[in-house]
Amino acid sequence: MAATGPGAPNSRIVRWIDYRLPFVKMMQHELHEYPTPRNLSYWWNFGSLAGIMLVIMIVSGVVLAMHYTPNSDMAFDSVERIMRDVNYGWLLRYLHMNGASLFFMIVYIHIFRGLYYGSYKYPRELLWILGVVILLLMMATAFMGYVLPWGQMSYWGATVITNLFGAIPVVGSKIVTLLWGGYTVGNPTLNRFFSLHYLLPFIIVAVVGLHLIALHTHGSNNPLGIDHKGPGDSIPFHPYYTVKDSFGLAVFLLIYAILVFYAPNLLGDPQNYIPANPLQTPPDIVPEWYFLPFYAILRSVPSKLLGVLLMFSSILVLFIVPWLDTSPVRSAKFRPIYKKIFWLLVISVLVLGYVGAHPPEGVYVIEGRIAAFYYFFHMLVLLPLVGKLERPRPLPLSIGAAVLGRSATPAE
Amino acid sequence: MAKSLWIAAAALLVLAGSARAQEADVKPAHQQWSFEGVFGTYDRAALQRGFQVYKEVCSACHPLKHLAFRDLTEIGYSEDQVKGFAAQYQVSDGPNDQGQMFERPARPSDPFVGPFPNDEAARSANNGALPPDLSMIVKAREGGPDYVYGILNGFKDAPKDVKLNPNMYYNEIFPGHQIAMPPPLTADGQVNYADGTKSTVPQMAHDVATFLAWASEPNLDARHRMGFKVILFLIVAIGVLYAAKRKVWSNLH
Repeated sequence: MAATGPGAPNSRIVRWIDYRLPFVKMMQHELHEYPTPRNLSYWWNFGSLAGIMLVIMIVSGVVLAMHYTPNSDMAFDSVERIMRDVNYGWLLRYLHMNGASLFFMIVYIHIFRGLYYGSYKYPRELLWILGVVILLLMMATAFMGYVLPWGQMSYWGATVITNLFGAIPVVGSKIVTLLWGGYTVGNPTLNRFFSLHYLLPFIIVAVVGLHLIALHTHGSNNPLGIDHKGPGDSIPFHPYYTVKDSFGLAVFLLIYAILVFYAPNLLGDPQNYIPANPLQTPPDIVPEWYFLPFYAILRSVPSKLLGVLLMFSSILVLFIVPWLDTSPVRSAKFRPIYKKIFWLLVISVLVLGYVGAHPPEGVYVIEGRIAAFYYFFHMLVLLPLVGKLERPRPLPLSIGAAVLGRSATPAE
Repeated sequence: MAKSLWIAAAALLVLAGSARAQEADVKPAHQQWSFEGVFGTYDRAALQRGFQVYKEVCSACHPLKHLAFRDLTEIGYSEDQVKGFAAQYQVSDGPNDQGQMFERPARPSDPFVGPFPNDEAARSANNGALPPDLSMIVKAREGGPDYVYGILNGFKDAPKDVKLNPNMYYNEIFPGHQIAMPPPLTADGQVNYADGTKSTVPQMAHDVATFLAWASEPNLDARHRMGFKVILFLIVAIGVLYAAKRKVWSNLH
């Protein structure tokens, strides 16, 4: 606000630093001058929310790691010690535990937003691919983090998921031994998972950096899916989107706080408050909710190898979505058929999530198969086909024209 | 647009929640608990009565190892009372200067002393069944305090078509209905409450479930208090930021 003082952009200190390390200049450019489409809806809040969530997870996680003991004889008790004896330990742990759930919720909404508005299309293909890489890293991080409290579901979840790699022909059993650090899930497994759980978030930070560089190269996509054509189409990021993102953040934090303070165990499994017992299998081994759709795909076919292949393909197929979608129009707003099949995709993923939470018997098997079939049919057949067959509605001339009515004059 | 966004988020939350809400075949009926809801706090009197039930009944078989004696000051016992209670137990300590292990009375800083030295001893004294540690029983079971209450009141004569295994009891809440624990609360007046409350079986079950809920989640009161402040702050922040957003964006339209 004040244009003077040592921190102001033109002060001598800032100029001295900027001449050697143009950090302030860069921030000024990326935040203040960075032109952003003027029509971004609240669906565009989730990118910055995900970034903030990553920071919350790293900060709470680093502090938790100061108190946690990665040893199979002590891990469970050390988590309980955090909950009971460490000052505000319960707060840290509930923030971290529920933060993981909300992080996935944010990222899933962020991904579906990208799918709806065609944010993966030229020239943002690498931006999208980096996002899928982040998703994969997040899944690995979350899975290993869930193992750390060493409860029943930690242990048996780790056993089931690591065993999946055993389905890979020839090298499968070697990979499983490598993951375990032995011949069963045990102390070496816990130790390497802890090490990797601490490492991967920082790799995520690095990929998020690349994701942001790619984003800022061509700027955000927007609900109309058309490019900037002139100054009337865009507004500076600050203050317009800083204030809009802050408002969204506050609303998100409210939901987060309600979960942490009033229902901290709603999304968790009670079984994980029972210490890991290799001799006793829990009645139902269920992953955390954010993995349920993938778990359902895994169990939708009777063959283990095929199930594993399908499960991994369901994520890997996202890498080639920019080339599977043949339509030149980005936003589903102007794509009448794609708009419909997009919601079918959302429903199929929700059905998969529902099926994943139930034992694979009776009607769940059929529902799961239909939903899994639709998921792949959508990605591999409908995306290329609809892009060719559909007649998109006419696009507006410019963002400014669409937002302000007929006149396309700049607003400032 | 913003509306559909929250509907989608709510749908995801509901889906995530419902994914957990299955399992136990007979769902225990919901009871009233003092610690439910936004302003819920543990009922101190119920905690002390529940502790008495645990001490006189449950602790004969069930350990409570994640609690220390000193934690009892949180439910209203004085330090001297806690010291006296701890001193009733012997713990092994050492080695001393001569390199010998020795027995000494427990101190408030010691964890609760369990009834058996190890799991094998516990099994051998209980026909092969292992009485679980109760420190986290309310968090570790679907239904929480309702489940604990349901089990304690759920002992029934076995239906004709059910063949009980030796040393097993029929319980309508327990998964599979065959439980190795004999009915622990059998008669009204089994525990002589210090505060004069009439100790019916449902009353004792309710009190001990409250005590065990506290044992599972001793920071609940602090959590609820802090949560209320945080949420109040966030609601104000949402209002201010929304106004700021409207103001900043107003010159665009």
